[in-house]
Amino acid sequence: MLDLPWRFVAILFANGVLVGSMYALIALGFVLIYKATDAINFAQGEFVMFAGFLAAGATHEAGFPWWISALLSVAGMIVFAFGLERIVLRPLIGRPVLAVIMATLGLGFVLRGVATMAFGGGTQTIPLPVSNAPVFIGPLILPPIELVGAGVSLAFLGVFGWFFLKSRVGVAMRAVADSQQVAMAMGINVRRYFALAWAMAGVVSALGGVLWGGMLGVDNQLALVGLKVFPVMILGGLDSIVGAVVGGIIVGVVESLSAGFLDPLVGGGTKDFVPYLLMIAVLMVRPEGIFGRRRIERI
Amino acid sequence: MAPAERTGTEDASEDDILLAATAVSKRFGGVTAVEEVSIAVKRGSVTAIIGPNGAGKTSFVNMVSGFYRPDSGVIRFAGTDTTRFRPAEIAALGIARTFQNIALFGGMTVLDNIMLGRHVHMKSGILSSFVYWGLAQKEEVAHRARVEELIDFLELQDLRKQPTSALAYGLRKRVELGRALALDPKLLLLDEPMGGMNQEEKEDMAGYILDVNEQWGTTIILIEHDMAVVMDISDRVAVLDRGRKIAEGTPSEMQSNPDVIRAYLGTGERGAGEKRGHAA
Repeated sequence: MLDLPWRFVAILFANGVLVGSMYALIALGFVLIYKATDAINFAQGEFVMFAGFLAAGATHEAGFPWWISALLSVAGMIVFAFGLERIVLRPLIGRPVLAVIMATLGLGFVLRGVATMAFGGGTQTIPLPVSNAPVFIGPLILPPIELVGAGVSLAFLGVFGWFFLKSRVGVAMRAVADSQQVAMAMGINVRRYFALAWAMAGVVSALGGVLWGGMLGVDNQLALVGLKVFPVMILGGLDSIVGAVVGGIIVGVVESLSAGFLDPLVGGGTKDFVPYLLMIAVLMVRPEGIFGRRRIERI
Repeated sequence: MAPAERTGTEDASEDDILLAATAVSKRFGGVTAVEEVSIAVKRGSVTAIIGPNGAGKTSFVNMVSGFYRPDSGVIRFAGTDTTRFRPAEIAALGIARTFQNIALFGGMTVLDNIMLGRHVHMKSGILSSFVYWGLAQKEEVAHRARVEELIDFLELQDLRKQPTSALAYGLRKRVELGRALALDPKLLLLDEPMGGMNQEEKEDMAGYILDVNEQWGTTIILIEHDMAVVMDISDRVAVLDRGRKIAEGTPSEMQSNPDVIRAYLGTGERGAGEKRGHAA
């Protein structure tokens, strides 16, 4: 009989679900781009970092209250993503996917460098109005910032889910994602929807930057949350919002449990790679992810 | 070598011609898909484009709908030079099309698919539909009414909420027709609307096409292999072979035209399209 400390497990589990929901928000930025434009944005983590720097900068350099800083970060990221699509990515439409991947990878490094140059190498804070005192819910002890972060993340995931399912613009966006050619034949201006997808990814990144930055502090390392997106996406499937949520929560829980149980045994560090182990295992069994569409190729 | 020009439209005045393609050519690398083809389509007519596989029929339709840009020649639609227009601009002018391989949005319902056909008529743009939510909703209701009309017309009432990927082949073709009709097009381009259908489905589809033409006066260009269908529903027939127009006239004229017979016999393809699935 396995004698597990149940309360400990429950706390780890709840923690994982909360942090996982916040991963899902970052993954949403990724899904938006993939769904609409078929491109993979490898700079997603750097988007989040950059947004965090914008919010921290607005707070510390300009002295704005947190909520104005957050709004400025959202506005800044919309402008940034819009411009990026216009200047860098639009010429790549119709080029091999690899070209876009390379462009976003390069962009990621540029963003990291520029952010360090502009904001310095130190860790900055975003003073969110969330107390540090842990919250007790039944047997659970949870950090309030995670509760807020998960709440905001899930709310936005819900809004975006509704948007794609029900709104006219969202449905048109799905049409563009499904087939650019057919969408064009319907009179849909495909480029405009690409731009919208990037702008929306900008909004999501800004939210992620403020929440994650508020939790971890803002520095170069913040971009690493972007790396977590890969196991999330592979587990959930690249093109599904529900998948992003489920994938995010799985990754969050796996990470939390390995931090609680495996790390003490081996001296730490497992939480950073166990999600990737899981990702590789899923890829071997079900390459399209748990919720991804199975693609039937016409040959 | 000049293509055999027999347009037969000399009696038609400028105003009667909805679409005029003049000497359009399209090359892909060294291959000439369409060579100096001229076709004039009268307002309110049903024109069939026939020819063996690889004759350039789909390439021609792709040029009219803006998917290919002609290397030379001019296409005029309702008095506008559309030769260099993009597909979305052409759709906005009132040209709708269907595709040879059914091109529905698979994960979406019948209703969503047909509603997307209304896109060109939706006034509120991306941003304003966020800002003036109420207005966008009101607009949506009006478009929904037109879509319901089409759903009734095509007898798809019970399938509104079905995902199109779950439908039988013939029904999917019908939904695709509905989506194209939702643009309220002046010109409807149908690329093998009956391809892959059984006899009963073909008759249904032929009925819908004729009804569209009669009820709304929609001008129709269709690519079709089944000669019996072509004879039944078209006013005029243009015959392409290896990228060139070799004949044009009434269906009965074409049936007895020696060039046409040779083109069909020469490639071993006669009558009902037995070859399917060649790339567009």
